[in-house]
Amino acid sequence: MQRTLALSRAAQRLTQRLTVTLAAVAMSLVSLIMPAAAATDDPWISIRKEFYGDREILVTKAPLILDAPDKAEDAALVPVSIYLLPDIADNIKTLRVFIDNNPAPMVGTFTFGKAAGFGPKTIATRVRFDTLSFIRAIAETDDGKLYMATHFVQAAGGCSSPAIKDAQEALDSAGQMHVKKLNDPHKFASSRNSSSVTGEAMVMLRHPNYSGMQMDPASGQFIPAKYLRTLDIMRGNELVFHLEAGISMSSNPNVRFTYGANGNEALSAVASDSDGAVFKASSPPGNT
Amino acid sequence: MATQDKTSGNSVSRKEFLKLSGAAAVASWLPRVSAAQAAALNVSEVAPGLFVHKGHHALVSPENGGDISNLSIIIGKDAVAVVDTGGSVLVGRGLREAIKAITDKPIRYVINTHMHPDHVFGNAAFEADKPTFVAHHKMARGLSARADNYIKSNTRMIGEAAFAGSAVVMPTEHVKDRLELDLGDRVLTLIARPTAHTDNDLTIFDQSTGTLILGDLLFSEHIPTLDGSIAGWIKLIQTLRAESAKRVVPGHGPSSMTWPDALEPLDRYLGRIADDVRNMIKAGDPISEAVKTAGAQEKAQWLLADEFHVRNVTAAYAELEWE
Repeated sequence: MQRTLALSRAAQRLTQRLTVTLAAVAMSLVSLIMPAAAATDDPWISIRKEFYGDREILVTKAPLILDAPDKAEDAALVPVSIYLLPDIADNIKTLRVFIDNNPAPMVGTFTFGKAAGFGPKTIATRVRFDTLSFIRAIAETDDGKLYMATHFVQAAGGCSSPAIKDAQEALDSAGQMHVKKLNDPHKFASSRNSSSVTGEAMVMLRHPNYSGMQMDPASGQFIPAKYLRTLDIMRGNELVFHLEAGISMSSNPNVRFTYGANGNEALSAVASDSDGAVFKASSPPGNT
Repeated sequence: MATQDKTSGNSVSRKEFLKLSGAAAVASWLPRVSAAQAAALNVSEVAPGLFVHKGHHALVSPENGGDISNLSIIIGKDAVAVVDTGGSVLVGRGLREAIKAITDKPIRYVINTHMHPDHVFGNAAFEADKPTFVAHHKMARGLSARADNYIKSNTRMIGEAAFAGSAVVMPTEHVKDRLELDLGDRVLTLIARPTAHTDNDLTIFDQSTGTLILGDLLFSEHIPTLDGSIAGWIKLIQTLRAESAKRVVPGHGPSSMTWPDALEPLDRYLGRIADDVRNMIKAGDPISEAVKTAGAQEKAQWLLADEFHVRNVTAAYAELEWE
């Protein structure tokens, strides 16, 4: 923890001058989303206080792995994978992801349901980094314990860079959504259910996921934030996970996840954005 | 070229060091470049009346001042056209000096092949000439959306002193499909291309000499950078291949190349990435795996591969997964 905080503080100082303009721009957004987050040297101090108060967070050999690149080649699309190991995978309650130095640090909160299944779990998505920052995953188990994994990523400009390369195509194809089962379900040994079968799937949505920090070339104004706010993945009538997301997910949001496979039951997804638009999709029939 | 952020190092001393070395490099420039008469850039005449300045194969830095892309000058009987202006107003001034050393005909057109900072930030050096600034009709939109980021990242990478005075100068003439410009017994054909390197690539064909200026639709030596559509670029290469030209000028690479074989390494690189990425998507491999292996063999053939290859694969994957 000490090392983490010291490094983060150094990183913060290093980029303070660079981010000051963006920070000012994003200030209103921050105050909307994190009213209690006071300005301090290290954003993690206030994030921690806001979400976890004085609760203990276990860091050493935490039973979760956070995989992200050391250096983001494209700060608007940084792949990140989180693996929940057997020690906590069966009694995971929520998984939160933060990017400390983003204007709205909370990337998303995953709450797992019955159909998340037993055994190790994976969540992989793509996020934006406004500047160099720690990304951290914090898992909370049924017994109220907190575990954290962190990774430092060098990046810049991801929150304000245009959402899509081909602006016209983005407009033409917005709203498409797919849920796909990816691999043949694997059997994993689990503490609760030794014959559990885990499948892997992906949900993808065509959506610019505007952060509120991109420019509208026509008006010269900032494009208002319009982003994926909730995503529910169901297997039949059972919840795999519910996601509450912020502005830090990349455009065309994409989540890969594991789930408890149950025969041939279809997966379905319902997403809503911050303007209240709703998107729905199901895995194609015969897709096992 | 795509903008690439080079913020690195996690100690303050490194940043201070960079700042100091940047300042030193700039200081040696200043006597030459801050005055009205900047040092003229080196240009070579690749065809009668068509001169090209070859940019460095590097990321923009205080040392190169943003001089990393190829810039062209075309001289007709009555007037001059400039194609791309470099990554800072200093480079633009250097280009303007090179023109003044060759001719005193008026600079009537400043053409940008696309929106990237290393091709447009020298535009400001030509404002006093009151030329028509010509670009693909989608360039204004693309550049406006990125202008703040471009200014921020280039100020940081080139340094405040060397980048001072550089500004976004928007096109005043927007090429929707094609446009002919006459420089006096010398007609240029400008064609707005579909999304490839970016969504606003424009090519310039000099009819008099059969020279095709491709901007960043053609890379040689310097690794290609993808900021548009890989499928679109591969398709456009087939279209371009069928167009005849005596020689071509790439956006990054030698000042003149033979046609159409100049396309082969680019075509191979993009094709390999697209094939690998499509196969990995089909196999259910995630993007984090694709960036490690896709196009890995082709990557080794190019300069600056470590700076751009992963980014190219990332962009290709994010595009092709929607096919």
